Amino acid sequence: MNEVYVVTIGLAGVMAAILGGALPASSRVGAAVALTWVSCGAGIAAAVAVLSSGHVISLSTSAILPLTGVTLVLNPLGALFVISISVVALASTLYWLGYASHGLATRNASCALPLFVTSMLFVPFAASVATFLVLWEMMALASLVLVLTDQSRREAARSAAQWYAVMTHAGAAAILLALVLLSAHSGGQTFADIEAHARHLSGAVRGTIFVLALLGFGSKAGAVPLHVWLPKAHAEAPGPASALMSGAMVNLGIYGIILVGNELLGGGPVWWWLLVSVLGVVSALYGALYAATSTDLKRLLAYSTTDNMGLVLIALGASGLFGAVGRPTTAAIAMVAALLLLVNHSVFKGALFLAAGAVQVATGTRDLDRLGGLMRRMPVTGVVFFVGALSVAALPPFNGFVGEWLLFQGLLHGLPTSNTSVVISVAVAVAALALTGGLTVVAFVKATGIGFLGRGRSVEATEAHEAAITMRLGAAALATLCLVLGLVPMLVLPAIERAAASAGRANATSATSGWISLHLIGLRGVLAPSLLAGGLAIAVLVVIVIRRLTHRRGHAWPAVNPVEPWGSGRKLQTARMQYTATSFAEPLQRVFDDVIRPSRDLDVSHFVESRYYIERIVFHTSNDDLIERQFYRPCIAGVRWWGQRARRLQNGSVHRYLAFGFVALVIVLVVVA
Amino acid sequence: MSFRLLFETLVHPRKVVQDLGDAPTPQDAAATLHGSLQIRHVDAGSCNGCELEVTSAFAPVYDAERFGVRLVASPRHADALLVTGPVTKNMAEPLRKTLEAMPEPRLVISLGDCAHDCGIFKGAYGVEGSVSDVVNVDVHIAGCPPRPEVIVEALRGLTGR
Amino acid sequence: MNEFTHVVTQVLVAVFQVAAVAVGGALLLGLMRKVRSRLEGRVGAPIHQPLLDLRKLFAKQRTRPQDSSWVFGAGPVVLVATVVAVTAVSPLVTAHPPLGQSSDFFAVVFVLLLGSVLLALSALDTGTAFGGMGSSRSMTIGALCEPALLVAILAMAIAARTSNLPALVRIGLNHPALIASPARILALASFLVVILAESGRLPVDNPSTHLELTMIHEAMVLEYSGADLGLITLGESMRLVFLLGLFVNLFVPWGVANRPGALFFSVGLLALIAKVAAVGTTIAVFEVFTAKMRLFRLPELLAGGFVLALLGAVTAVVAR
Repeated sequence: MNEVYVVTIGLAGVMAAILGGALPASSRVGAAVALTWVSCGAGIAAAVAVLSSGHVISLSTSAILPLTGVTLVLNPLGALFVISISVVALASTLYWLGYASHGLATRNASCALPLFVTSMLFVPFAASVATFLVLWEMMALASLVLVLTDQSRREAARSAAQWYAVMTHAGAAAILLALVLLSAHSGGQTFADIEAHARHLSGAVRGTIFVLALLGFGSKAGAVPLHVWLPKAHAEAPGPASALMSGAMVNLGIYGIILVGNELLGGGPVWWWLLVSVLGVVSALYGALYAATSTDLKRLLAYSTTDNMGLVLIALGASGLFGAVGRPTTAAIAMVAALLLLVNHSVFKGALFLAAGAVQVATGTRDLDRLGGLMRRMPVTGVVFFVGALSVAALPPFNGFVGEWLLFQGLLHGLPTSNTSVVISVAVAVAALALTGGLTVVAFVKATGIGFLGRGRSVEATEAHEAAITMRLGAAALATLCLVLGLVPMLVLPAIERAAASAGRANATSATSGWISLHLIGLRGVLAPSLLAGGLAIAVLVVIVIRRLTHRRGHAWPAVNPVEPWGSGRKLQTARMQYTATSFAEPLQRVFDDVIRPSRDLDVSHFVESRYYIERIVFHTSNDDLIERQFYRPCIAGVRWWGQRARRLQNGSVHRYLAFGFVALVIVLVVVA
Repeated sequence: MSFRLLFETLVHPRKVVQDLGDAPTPQDAAATLHGSLQIRHVDAGSCNGCELEVTSAFAPVYDAERFGVRLVASPRHADALLVTGPVTKNMAEPLRKTLEAMPEPRLVISLGDCAHDCGIFKGAYGVEGSVSDVVNVDVHIAGCPPRPEVIVEALRGLTGR
Repeated sequence: MNEFTHVVTQVLVAVFQVAAVAVGGALLLGLMRKVRSRLEGRVGAPIHQPLLDLRKLFAKQRTRPQDSSWVFGAGPVVLVATVVAVTAVSPLVTAHPPLGQSSDFFAVVFVLLLGSVLLALSALDTGTAFGGMGSSRSMTIGALCEPALLVAILAMAIAARTSNLPALVRIGLNHPALIASPARILALASFLVVILAESGRLPVDNPSTHLELTMIHEAMVLEYSGADLGLITLGESMRLVFLLGLFVNLFVPWGVANRPGALFFSVGLLALIAKVAAVGTTIAVFEVFTAKMRLFRLPELLAGGFVLALLGAVTAVVAR
């Protein structure tokens, strides 16, 4: 029965892609969405079956891929990822129905989106090196097509797609190397074979494999310094595609790290997890800082994805560290926290990107400095973004809070240990978590406040219209899920614990307990999210009632008077006098000026007649990514220089090219022999 | 400390607030404000002589704050608008806007002879008129400048302390 | 019946704690202003003046900017609601507050942060430059306070092996030696710096300034009037009392009711009043002799607080 689900996912997905590419414009999106829904539904069914029974689903055939065949196995860890991807995909494809009229109804897009979803659904199933790599590549190519949707109109989209293409393939090359090394040393290419032989590999080989996998999968997850593609691609991709990329695809990067580190290699020495933690800390701080100082709405969300993935890496690193020094309870808690953070991130980041897509469609711009007042014009989208923003900032009663709390508990209880490097890294992790949290709050107060509240800063913002009904439904569904998971995280915790257990933390299944309040077993820590929310709700009601009651009745003046805002008696007040996103983040940017080093350009032009009279002053400041500016661009410049030099070898003579080929062949033969 | 006042505040908020009402006269103001008056000061064009006296009135010797009066920055927080000086042409509109920005119930206090009838600036080219020409005045404090104790006396009449 | 009376007692304790903090907040505000006045050489307003101010404010008209959304009205409500919610479950008068088992220090911090965030958002909803300015500065300071605060909690929680708030207070009661441990002292010093920053006292922010460009917290509330302003004033003073109450109960826990009974409860209340009044007076005296720091020097102060907390955390780990 379970195998039927798997086949359904594949068939429905492929049919969706074919119909999306073949049908005429009026029906292609609808058909693609319907079949993608079938595929996601089957994915959820398969995953639930695995998680509830504890048995894996396995399917293998030598038919689809020549030479190697296809091996599919779904274990609880993979099942968790399948569910989280399906949920985001369900909401995003529903949203796509309403978004399609804004450029996403082309044959390319209607074929690529279902293909993207299907390949993402299948990656957690992959149980052999070839299957995994093929699915990984399919996912990358499908998302690349989606990023290129707008490329004919925007140069930025073309550039983003180029960066994405190069970096995702560089990452794929690293993953390929790692997996091929594994299978070469294990004598077989299925994951079962690899797991069986993994302990016989030498420490150096294991280390190399882990580092390669970390680099490749980390790049996909958006870990600094390999994150450079993420703000570009996620910002330029259209609404539903960016929701899928940030809410589902980056999860698979983390899945890959857990797969290689915990399942295939079966855990490792302390330095592996220290490396993961360091990557996590740097990503979290960097992402949060750039999110706080970014004025482009979708770029802000993309950097926030880097930040959240950094948090997940911190949790993974902590879990590995505690596991390596022999503290299984806190290792389990940390792993559960990592997976919970991941699940929560999919939900709230999906909601945020869908809302941002609606804003982009309604106003035509992503620039926060030109938005404002959207909460009144687009009430549903505004509330969705508000809920998503509170969730990212880890505020109760929404889901982000529970994940952060769990991570803090794991770090807190794991801290008293004798291993110095663990102590230092955990202390640094807590400080980084705290600072990231603060910076994220600034970033999202800015995004919500400047983008949605106050008055519109441009004509487009003042004339925005609410999004289509399906767009609203898709976004609101994810936002509601944020609230539900925040009130009752126990809905997903058993599944997450099963997944963590299958990822190597065997005692994770008894890490937490309780339905109303969350008890940490073996440690002293209790949290009652629903009681907390209930208390808050009661307090809010009491305060509102008091506010109503204390007002006197029967007077000429109304209880609440809508008036012009107070501007010190100024005669002229415009919406441009409000704070912009740039000014909001300016104090913070000043504090971190040495890190961000924004480029500043001041151009003063004088009147021809006299140097004393200034005609125009133009000030330009931009927050380019520091790593891109200081590291990648010089590298690209260096490669280009090298390429120019190497041009000398290309003089057009066929004889010379044949000579090159002959010499290369001789060298290869000598080396191989 | 008046325990009766404290008790009333805590136990019978409904009964107490029913006493408050629109306050067209200083005596009614005392009944309305129950010992708490926040004032927003606007200099509509004065020579700053009155401002010096106001500063004195809130300074250590005369100390108006012990009678429940406080100066605030925003008209939204204020119960009374304290205007000094004749209203100049440039300050007429800001003065009106400041009054409109205040929530009901509100009072206007004009301080000094200039505020009442332009004083020594009557007929000057920059002057629009007296304060009562621009907004409705509820209380007037006479003097050029009025002494701090006169100012404190008037404010005590408003707060009822 | 026993279960029922227990629940009723817990509810009464919660309501009582909230009421005590609400009234105490206004009185503490009045006390601090009185101390300041006396040191400035004047008599100053009576201690219960803020209560009179609140009574008058709640009866006044509320105004709202024409283009604002529901967030503007929600700001003050959520601010007060968050403080009320955490006060009900925290060890202020008694070391066994209602729902004490789920009263986690991290949860308390994040709930208070929810209040601050809603206030900042509602300030941005006013559509004025002042609202944006207050919101921007307040959020920046909040962001830089977070590391100090959370690492200070970590430092205290390591020694007690839990971050449960009543447990932290009870550990102080049962093991007095722990109070004098360097980890706890450093953590509480850092906590004090954070309290001053978060509640907008000197040297971070001058609560009685009239100059808009020097305002941090006040700038956010320039647009509120009537009951909304009353709620914000009440919420801020309750927050100060709450944080100072936590501070004194963690630093000097003696007097907190550790056993059930009206006598212990009264003693706990009196002890809380005395301790908070003492700390409040000290802060007021300190404020008279301090000037406000430049906005861009504040990160240095907060970084100093963070270093104290980090030292506390490291000491806590090493000393075990």
